[in-house]
Amino acid sequence: MLPAEPDPTALLTVTGLEKSFGSNSVLKSIDLSVRSGQVVALVGPSGSGKTTVLRCLNGLEVPDGGTVAFRGGPAVDFGAGVSRRDALSLRDRSAMVFQNYNLFPHRTVLENVIEGPVQVQKRPRREAIADAERLLGRVGLAEKKDQHPFELSGGQQQRVGIVRALALQPDLLLFDEPTSALDPELVGEVLTVIKELADEDWTMVIVTHELAFAREVADEVVFMDGGVVVEHGHPDQVLRNPVHERTRRFVQRLLHPF
Amino acid sequence: MDWELLRDSFWPIVRGGLTGTIPLSLASFVLGLALALVLALLRISGRRVLSGIARGYISVIRGTPLLVQLFVIFYGLPSIGLVIPPWPSAIIAFSLNVAGYAAEILRAAILSVPKGQWEAGHTIGMSRTVTLRRVILPQAARVSVPPLSNTFISLVKDTSLASLILVTELFREAQQIAAFSQQFMTLYLEAALVYWVFCLVLSSGQSVLEKRLDRYVAR
Repeated sequence: MLPAEPDPTALLTVTGLEKSFGSNSVLKSIDLSVRSGQVVALVGPSGSGKTTVLRCLNGLEVPDGGTVAFRGGPAVDFGAGVSRRDALSLRDRSAMVFQNYNLFPHRTVLENVIEGPVQVQKRPRREAIADAERLLGRVGLAEKKDQHPFELSGGQQQRVGIVRALALQPDLLLFDEPTSALDPELVGEVLTVIKELADEDWTMVIVTHELAFAREVADEVVFMDGGVVVEHGHPDQVLRNPVHERTRRFVQRLLHPF
Repeated sequence: MDWELLRDSFWPIVRGGLTGTIPLSLASFVLGLALALVLALLRISGRRVLSGIARGYISVIRGTPLLVQLFVIFYGLPSIGLVIPPWPSAIIAFSLNVAGYAAEILRAAILSVPKGQWEAGHTIGMSRTVTLRRVILPQAARVSVPPLSNTFISLVKDTSLASLILVTELFREAQQIAAFSQQFMTLYLEAALVYWVFCLVLSSGQSVLEKRLDRYVAR
């Protein structure tokens, strides 16, 4: 455990996060700070460790070192042999939206959404259903609630994935390349939903390759490469006038692929 | 062909099936499946000792004849002072045997569910156990129906071995009538026919179950 975090306005403070898979060091001391209501876009080439950062925050991977602290919670120090309970307590604070949606195929849309609130958070079923229906209505899927995921398009499935995460009422939403598995014409409907969430001051960390979207929605862009944060700052600065050569090359490659 | 004998023996043989073969199969299958689930979970537990125990058990069961397993329990155990009556002996032997085969089926079915489903369970806050129960097993169930149906149909036929430890079931009825009437061909063909009809019914049950569980699978 560490004493109180340096930035008292931060919802999430990550310091010195490290993670290796075997001899492959994927994260080399990552620092990250997210304020309430802030949208942070994590960008960078594949293999740069962006997704691993998200997975560590959600307890899907256990970091080898570093601390993760949410406001009002313990600073969990992974270098110092954390208890499983502390590590898992982080998971309650965030919810993940997956690249491949990972909806439960054997449950209806509504059942997918209320599974967490009812089974895990033990909220009254009726209340959870009312919330789920309201949220589904907001993303335009009210009439799909009794269908199964395989009856929906990719864009609709991903919107259900977002609603499933929202229904948990997390402090932080994590998006892992939410549009990468989608057909190009379906990307817009998902990005629109995410943008609306940003306008409602949801706190989000988004791993994305959609630089135009990052520039429009993100308050801060973090560029990662080789397991380190190369530079971070306002989207206009990082994406238009990058300081580092590596960032410049990456942005150029995405803007002019050939 | 002695038609009169065929007619008179038909009901006793079917009754042997209904009161012997079927309950013996059902009880052994249910118990075997429960043990199989435990074994499958040990196999995928990631702990070497537990996984090794399950692996050893499965190896012994699959590597030795069912008849030998049955005889060890019924005729062998009394020599170390453990006398188990015919029916319980048969149920123990068959369920231990079924567990060995079904464990590998369940293990494969559980592993066939994409890793993302575990992660989806975890991200909404579920523990491993809850994720297994609410997310993974319902999906694994559908995958395992066809191979488990095979196991069950094999079991129904294998229960004829219980006649050798004095359990009154379908085949033992047929044997007794055959010994009395000396009409072996007629009686054994009749027994075969009844087994066949039972298995046809089970196969159609499998299709129904597969259709019902289809809603559990992504298409």
